[in-house]
Amino acid sequence: MAVTEPETLKKEQPKTLHIEMPRRAFLLKLGFILNGIAAMFVSVPVLGYVLSSFRTEGPFKSWIALGPVESFPENQTRLAKYRNPYTRPWDGPTANIPCWVRRVQGEKFQIFAINCTHLGCPVRWFQESHLFMCPCHGGAFYEDGSHASGPPPRGLYEYKYKIENGQLWVYGGQLPTLNQSA
Amino acid sequence: MIERLTRIALWIDERVYISKLFAATAGHSVPRTSGSWFYVFGSGTLVCFMIQIVTGICLALVYVPSASEAYSSLEYLNYQQQLGWFLRAMHNWGSNFMVAIMLAHLIQVFLFGAFKYPREMTWISGVVLLLCTLGMAFTGQVLRFDQDAYWGLGIGAAMAGRVPLMGPAIVHMMLGGPIIAGETLSRFFTLHVFVIPGTIIAIVSLHLRLVLTKGINDYPVPGKLVNKETYIEEYEEELKKDGVPFFPKAISKDMIFSGLVLLGIVGCAAYFGPAGPRGVPDPSLINTAPKPDFFFLWLYGVLSLMPDYLETVLMLTAPFIVIGILFAVPFISNTGEKSPRRRPLAVLSVLFIFIVLGVFNYLGTFAPWSPHMEAWTSAATPVNYLEGRSPLERQGALVFHNKQCVNCHSLGGAGGLRGPTLDNVATRLTGDQLVRQVIQGSGNMPAYGKNLNPSEVTALVAFMRTLHSPTESPARDSTRSEQAAAEKTPAKALAQTGEMQE
Repeated sequence: MAVTEPETLKKEQPKTLHIEMPRRAFLLKLGFILNGIAAMFVSVPVLGYVLSSFRTEGPFKSWIALGPVESFPENQTRLAKYRNPYTRPWDGPTANIPCWVRRVQGEKFQIFAINCTHLGCPVRWFQESHLFMCPCHGGAFYEDGSHASGPPPRGLYEYKYKIENGQLWVYGGQLPTLNQSA
Repeated sequence: MIERLTRIALWIDERVYISKLFAATAGHSVPRTSGSWFYVFGSGTLVCFMIQIVTGICLALVYVPSASEAYSSLEYLNYQQQLGWFLRAMHNWGSNFMVAIMLAHLIQVFLFGAFKYPREMTWISGVVLLLCTLGMAFTGQVLRFDQDAYWGLGIGAAMAGRVPLMGPAIVHMMLGGPIIAGETLSRFFTLHVFVIPGTIIAIVSLHLRLVLTKGINDYPVPGKLVNKETYIEEYEEELKKDGVPFFPKAISKDMIFSGLVLLGIVGCAAYFGPAGPRGVPDPSLINTAPKPDFFFLWLYGVLSLMPDYLETVLMLTAPFIVIGILFAVPFISNTGEKSPRRRPLAVLSVLFIFIVLGVFNYLGTFAPWSPHMEAWTSAATPVNYLEGRSPLERQGALVFHNKQCVNCHSLGGAGGLRGPTLDNVATRLTGDQLVRQVIQGSGNMPAYGKNLNPSEVTALVAFMRTLHSPTESPARDSTRSEQAAAEKTPAKALAQTGEMQE
C-alpha cells in the first residue's frame, strides 16, 4: 500500500513518511517470515501423515497357518484362503486373501499368489489341462507356475512356506507386484 | 407490495452487485458467429458436472465409504432407499454424458483452432479438466466397491508396481497399505469427493474467467489467419461491429442443448437403471472376469494387445507422452489458419485417434484376448462336427472340451477367441503339424505335452483332422506319400484313417 501511494503520503504526512516506510516494510517482512515458519509447522505433520504410507517396511508380513498338511493331496493344486495378517477392523471381505497351494510331493509345496504377473487379475487353476489361466488379458501358466503363454512377463509369484506341527504355513500379507514379489 | 419487494431487491443488489456481476459475465459481448450449435458442448459439460454434484451429494447421504460396508450400502441404495436406484442411475449416466460431451467439446475446440493465440491457457486448463474428469470416472468406478472395482485397483497397482525402484512405495501409497483393503477405499473416496471435485471447481472458474477475458473463439473462416500482432484488435473490432450479449442472444442454443442433455440423463437413468454393484469385493471369490467401464475399454484392449517387450516402457511413459502432447497443442500450432477446412492434418488426427480408440473399445466389449473361462463346460460342439464321426474322433471332441482347448479356440462360433478358430484347422495344418502344435505349443499356445497322454493326442488330432468344409480337402504333407506316413506310427495311422473315412 505505502509503496503505491507515496505522493499522497508526502502531501498529507510529509513528516512521518521516513518513519512509516521502514516500519511497514519491516512488518510485511515479519509477516512473511512468521507465516513461513507457521507453514512449516503446519505442513510437516500434514505431509508426514499423508506420505507415511510410502513406507513399505513394516509389520505387514507374517506366518499364517493354511491348515493341516493332509488337507492338501499330493500332485494336486488347491485354492486356500487366509485372513490377511495386517488388517483394519473395517477391511471387510477385502482381507480374505486366496492363494493356490500345489503339493508336489511329501513336504515339497509351491504356494502361488492369486495375482497374475501381468496386471494382477485372479488366475484360475484348471486341473484337466494343468494350466493356470487369467481371465483378463489371456496369460497362462504351467502347473509349476512358469509362464506358458500370453503377456505376463514372468511366472506366478510364489510365497515362502514352512511346515510346523503338521500345519502348512504361508508367509503372506503383501500384494505382490513386479518389483516386490510375495 | 410489489414496490416493497422491488425495493428489497434493489437494496440487496446495491450491497452485493448481482446485476453488475451478471452484466460482466452472462451479459458479456460475444461474436454473433459464436452463437452456433457447435458451441454448445462446453456448457453441456458444465450442466453434467452440476448434476454430478447434486446426485453425488445425495448419494453421500447414504453411501458408507468403508470396505466392509460399501457394498451393502450400495445394495441398500438400489433396493431400499426410496429412489436410491434412480439417483445412482443418474449419477452413473451423468458421468457417461459428461465424458462424452466433454470429448465432443474437446474435438470441436481442437477442430475450430480455439486453442491458438491468445487462448493457450484456456486449452491448458481444459486439458486439466479432462484429466480430472477421467480421474473422477476411474475413482467413481472404485467407489462402486464390487469385484470389478477390486480388480481394477489390482490392475492399477500392478501397473504402478512396474515403476523401477519406486514401484513398491507407489503401490503402498496408492493402496494405503500392503493390500487393497479398508484404507484403499477411504483414499479413493477422498479423491472422488474432495480433492478432484475441488480441483474441478477451481479450474472451471479459471476456464470460464479465461473465456470472459480472452473472449470466446470467433467462428473460424477459411483464409482468416491468426496473427499475434493484429488478432486482439481484430477480435475487438468484430465485437464492436457484430457482437451480441451472451445472454439473451447467444445462450438459446446452449439452453436447448442443456435441456436435452438433462432429459437424456434422466431418460437413460429411468430406462437402464443403475450400474452394479456386481459381486462382493472379496478377492477369494476368484470366479470373476473383471472388466472396466465403457470409457476405459480401449485401455483394456491396449493392455492386452501390446507387445510384451514394450509393455513396461509403454505403460510408464505413454500416459505422460500423451498428456504432454495435449498440453503442447497450442504451442505446436499457435497462429495461422483456424478453420478445419484448411487444416487437413488436424482433421485426420482426430479421425485417426477416434478410429483407433473406437476399434479398441469395440474389441473391449467382447475381449477376444481373454480365454472364456467357462466355455469348456458350456460351449456346445456343433452337431455336424460329430455326426457320422468315428468313436476315436468323437473321443477327440471330448478331449477338446475336457482339456479346455475350447476356452481359447472356438468351434462353430462357441468358445474363446484367444487362439485361432479351429473350424477349418485341418486345411491349415497336417496331422504331424497338429501333433507338434498340441504337444509343444508355440507363440501364444501353451505346450500340452505333459498334460495329454498319447491316446488323448491321437484322438484330439483325429478330431481336428475332420475340421474342414466339405469342399476343401485337409492339408497333406507333400514330401511323403500318405501310405508311408501311415505306416510309421500307429498314432498317425489312426489319424490317417480318420481322414480317409470322410
